[in-house]
Amino acid sequence: MKFLRLVWANLWRKPLRTTLTGLSVFVAFLLFGLLCVVRQSLTAGVSMAGADRLVTRHKVSIIQMLPVSYEARIARIPGVAAVVHQSWFGGIYKDPKNFFPNMPVEPEKYLEMYPEFVLPKAQERAWIADRTGAIIGRSLATRFGWKVGDTVPLMSPIWRRADGSGAWEFHIDGIYDGAKKSTDTSQFFFHYTYFDEGRSFWKGMVGWYTVRVTDPAKAAEVARAIDAEFANSPYETKTEPEGAFAQAFAQQVGDIGAIMMSIQAAVFLTILFVAANTVAQSVRERTEEIGVLKALGFPSGMVFGLVLAESLALALVAGVSGLGLVWLFTLGGSPIPALLPVFYLPTPDIAAGFGLVVLLGVLAAAGPAWGAMRLGVADALRRMS
Amino acid sequence: MTGLINWIVQVAELASFNLRTIPERRGSAVSSMVGIAGVVIVLVGVLSIAAGFRQAMVSTGSPSTAVVLRSGSDSEMTSGLGRDEVRLIEDAPGIARDASGPLASAELFVIINLPKRSTGTDANVSLRGISPAAYAVRGNIRMIAGRRFTPGRNEVIVGAAAAGQFAGLDLGRTIRIGQNDWHVVGIFSSGGDVSESEIWTDAAVLQPAYHRGDTYQSVYVRLASPESFKEFKDALTTNPQLSVTPVRLSDFYAEHSTVVTEFIQTIGVAIASLMALGALFGALNTMYSAVAARTREIATLRALGFGSSPVIASVLAESVVLALVGGVAGGLVAYLAFNGHHASTINWQTFSQVAFSFAVTPGLLARAVLFAVVIGFVGGLFPAVRAARMPVAAALRET
Repeated sequence: MKFLRLVWANLWRKPLRTTLTGLSVFVAFLLFGLLCVVRQSLTAGVSMAGADRLVTRHKVSIIQMLPVSYEARIARIPGVAAVVHQSWFGGIYKDPKNFFPNMPVEPEKYLEMYPEFVLPKAQERAWIADRTGAIIGRSLATRFGWKVGDTVPLMSPIWRRADGSGAWEFHIDGIYDGAKKSTDTSQFFFHYTYFDEGRSFWKGMVGWYTVRVTDPAKAAEVARAIDAEFANSPYETKTEPEGAFAQAFAQQVGDIGAIMMSIQAAVFLTILFVAANTVAQSVRERTEEIGVLKALGFPSGMVFGLVLAESLALALVAGVSGLGLVWLFTLGGSPIPALLPVFYLPTPDIAAGFGLVVLLGVLAAAGPAWGAMRLGVADALRRMS
Repeated sequence: MTGLINWIVQVAELASFNLRTIPERRGSAVSSMVGIAGVVIVLVGVLSIAAGFRQAMVSTGSPSTAVVLRSGSDSEMTSGLGRDEVRLIEDAPGIARDASGPLASAELFVIINLPKRSTGTDANVSLRGISPAAYAVRGNIRMIAGRRFTPGRNEVIVGAAAAGQFAGLDLGRTIRIGQNDWHVVGIFSSGGDVSESEIWTDAAVLQPAYHRGDTYQSVYVRLASPESFKEFKDALTTNPQLSVTPVRLSDFYAEHSTVVTEFIQTIGVAIASLMALGALFGALNTMYSAVAARTREIATLRALGFGSSPVIASVLAESVVLALVGGVAGGLVAYLAFNGHHASTINWQTFSQVAFSFAVTPGLLARAVLFAVVIGFVGGLFPAVRAARMPVAAALRET
């Protein structure tokens, strides 16, 4: 600890170089953090998934619909605690660029199935009672400035209204918050009855079911039982855990995890190279000083530690501020809610980032510190001209 | 005039001197090049995804092909056309004809789930039911294995890209979709466009399998000439019995590639810009230390009568050359690593997978190298100015 001042003084012997190196490390961890945020958002469904929930969809594809009568049949299967259905409405608010998911559901059951959507009791009651009512997530409300009491028209290119009119109108009855940071609050839910009465075709058909099982350990068994129930019917099903369903959905984009990892690796290696070179250079310039330290009786291990500490200090200050800035940035919400609905830096990524900061500091200094440790006193002092 | 020549000679002398001494400063020069190469690799890598995706989408459809959808539909998925409407469309003027009639293909478009070969997870694959004229309408369909399906049978042909990306799509295999078995009898190529991501079968067989009755979702037509589009469009839009929108196929697919392309480009440019900032700090470091190491040399040169602008130009030249080497090396690595890499992603606008190859285009490489040069220029500018501003007497005294 008493050498902290020495480390600090060494660090600032060339303020410009230290600042520039620090800035490149800072930028590297800024980028690392942002990529983590993007990856988290693209795979948000996976972390939202409940361990006790299954998804049942048409076996051929999720765009094929299932009869609403399946709800009662699924509910009767042993091990099923609750079941709700959802459908893809595909409603557009003014312009397709304003994309957000909007789905008809059965309000009461739906909120029971998804306790992560937190809605004030009064708003919940108002929504259940209002046939054309809808609830929206907090981030969606912020995005369009919608308030409780507003009327919002949506056009759906899939669902034409039976009465021929173009737009479906909804009253905003409530705004829900997410129970966790990973909860997607960019969605819009409304009454299935309003949807089913209003649509001109495929009445009585729904998109997919979410099933809650009584015992998560028996989830696979229940999934098999559901699919067996509908085998050889015109609408066969495929049931899988919500997590696997979300995972497959995210994988459709491509292997997001692998792509992000390779970019992060490229960034890390590049900056490691730049930083290691700076440390090496600054150690080289100080060969004589290190000789003096050793002549004064500093043990080799201490010299090694001093060089390492210097590099670590720089990496920590710069890297932690990079990660910190990302964290501050995410507090402001998503800048592109249509593409990245969930926007936060997950705790495991913060920990991983911190680990990388330390790793960078150690790796960058390892070579030069080793060299400094092995340096013979006489050699070092002879270099003084 | 002699002044200018003199200046050029001075710059050339100093620059070549600087460049020759780079091996003396190997470490920092290499680190600056690696930094810039890293930026170029990431920039080219990410943008080659967007370029490849766009290439697959935009190459689909010559200007003399068009597709007709129900009015208000933004994709085939939300469109629907009855047999009567199809007949009226086929009879419209402007469509090319051959011995068997108008070159128009009424088609069905559905989505099925197949596991991706790479991850094993389910992906949305397009299954298209076509009419016999479809081959003549597209004009670029070539069987690379097997044969065309026999109309009326449960047979499919598979695009080459789809065969590579999705499990089970091998020649001779049978895939089960719902309650129907489909026999894969052929693999086709269509010059790398979107059709290669699809599975094709007879529309007449697909209709009952999907309870579609006698309805279709789109009509693809070959126009008599690219100019016939207006005539064709006018005839359809003025017909009171029809409520349809014809679009040129090239425009249709270009429109359907915007969301994915823009998303990747935005993210790619954002990542590369941030990385460039990091590399810029590295380049600045390199050049500042290069200048600092030569303080006395530069002062001596100034004392000998070299002007300050040749000093600036020579430092800039060194920085730009380093960046250029780093940029070209990065571009080369990116080309070898990414070009032609097969992948597939979901196109949200059609909710189905598009298989494509990463495309490291010459334009992309040129842009990346230019980007590198800019980093090198900016990274050299401030150190160069500092070098030129150093007071000669003080610098000479420096040890």
